[in-house]
Amino acid sequence: MAARRSLRFAALGYLGLLLAAPVGMVFYRAFEHGLGRFFHALTTPGAEHALYLTLLVTAIAVPANAAFGIGTALLLARRRFRGQGVLDRMIDLPFAISPIVVGLALVLVYGQDGWLGSTFAGAGIQIIFSTPGIVLATIFVSLPFVVREVLPVLREIGDEQEQAAATLGASRWQAFWRITLPAIRPAVIYGVVLSTARALGEFGAVSVVSGRLEGETETLTLYVQNRFDGFDLTAAYATAVLLAVLGIGVLVALTVLSRRRSQHGY
Amino acid sequence: MVDRSLQGGTGAFWRAVSAPEAVASLKLTFAVSLIVALINAVTGTLIAWVLVRDEFPGKRFVNALIDLPFAMPTVVAGLTLLALYGPKGPVGIDVAYTRVAIGLALLFVTLPFVVRAVQPVLMELDREMEEAARSLGASALTTFRRVVLPSLRPAVVAGAGLAFARALGEFGSIVLISGNLPYKTEVASVFIFGRIETGDVTAAAAVSVVLLAASVLLLAALSRLGRPRWVDDGR
Repeated sequence: MAARRSLRFAALGYLGLLLAAPVGMVFYRAFEHGLGRFFHALTTPGAEHALYLTLLVTAIAVPANAAFGIGTALLLARRRFRGQGVLDRMIDLPFAISPIVVGLALVLVYGQDGWLGSTFAGAGIQIIFSTPGIVLATIFVSLPFVVREVLPVLREIGDEQEQAAATLGASRWQAFWRITLPAIRPAVIYGVVLSTARALGEFGAVSVVSGRLEGETETLTLYVQNRFDGFDLTAAYATAVLLAVLGIGVLVALTVLSRRRSQHGY
Repeated sequence: MVDRSLQGGTGAFWRAVSAPEAVASLKLTFAVSLIVALINAVTGTLIAWVLVRDEFPGKRFVNALIDLPFAMPTVVAGLTLLALYGPKGPVGIDVAYTRVAIGLALLFVTLPFVVRAVQPVLMELDREMEEAARSLGASALTTFRRVVLPSLRPAVVAGAGLAFARALGEFGSIVLISGNLPYKTEVASVFIFGRIETGDVTAAAAVSVVLLAASVLLLAALSRLGRPRWVDDGR
């Protein structure tokens, strides 16, 4: 019993020192000068623009990833084609690559001298150091979430019901909307929540691609660093707390969703 | 994609990778990441064990807390650690701008990997074997080492491998707390970032290729142990 207790003490102590205490400290620092200062720090034009940009980028990147994720998962689960195994393994790559490397790769391709960048520049569209680049970077880093959640469910349910629907005269679209989508919906939602968390919090790739122009291409995470470097710690802590609260909200959503999923099977 | 930029000749590539500052940053990155993966193997297994085998009030809350590093932006993680273990921290411990700080930041962001890899295996584990070992006179430690650990080993390796891969490329949590001093606390991702800023794309791309190759190799090796669990998929 004593051994069990000391193991528990060691595990909880480690978590406390590494996770709980530092996070608690950030909350304390953000609120130590009162609620007024906290809200004031979040309603400056710079902070408001950063919040707007972060929400805009998330609102574009997450639906794009959901659509891509469902499409890719269907392709991998329901079709046979050459290179399928490679694609299946490649899907995880954005998790393994450093966000900085992702950013650099995007700059090399879409920057002014890049393969595609010069084409877009000819059409008057600037990607790097502007919002489209930030969206692109965010999509890249959160790409695998929906695929990873949906694919195992698709494999588990099999295609018998879809085939039955087809023999009864349903079109592909009807079979998808009526049969497949309801079955994968919980997995899609779970994947969407995970991509949202990643999209809100992405820093490295966006840092490279955005050029960090104050009040223009600065997202919330970049704003935290900017304020920290500018010794405006109140604003840095306040913004960090806002992001942490969003993250904790995601955590709560995931806990509720996974409990519901384990009750329903998938 | 990236290797296009090093078509400026393999000579230029090698010169860029073997530049002293680049080598120092890569060495530091691999060394710290390895240490962090090893620490995670121990602490992660410990935490998973306590979460599966122990009962205490608030266990479900602690279990949910494990995923916090995945849900929280990495810069926030860095700032968080700096608030407690930085220059104006309340505990009088200041690790800012040291290699310890890098390790701390990496331990924070990679915490869930081993825990979430080991937890399901531990839940499935048949306890009769352990009870048999104990009734035959084996000590708790021997039972763990000879009976439990062999079944956990693949999961521990898979989790630690993911932690290592993640640590190699980590940027956001490190950049505020490490001070980024060349040769001392500058990790590879921060080195790359600095070179992009100064327009030295060749050096940035060369070190990127090293990191990229390491990630691809690790990913291939890890997928032999089953589907890598980068995220807690809630099942």
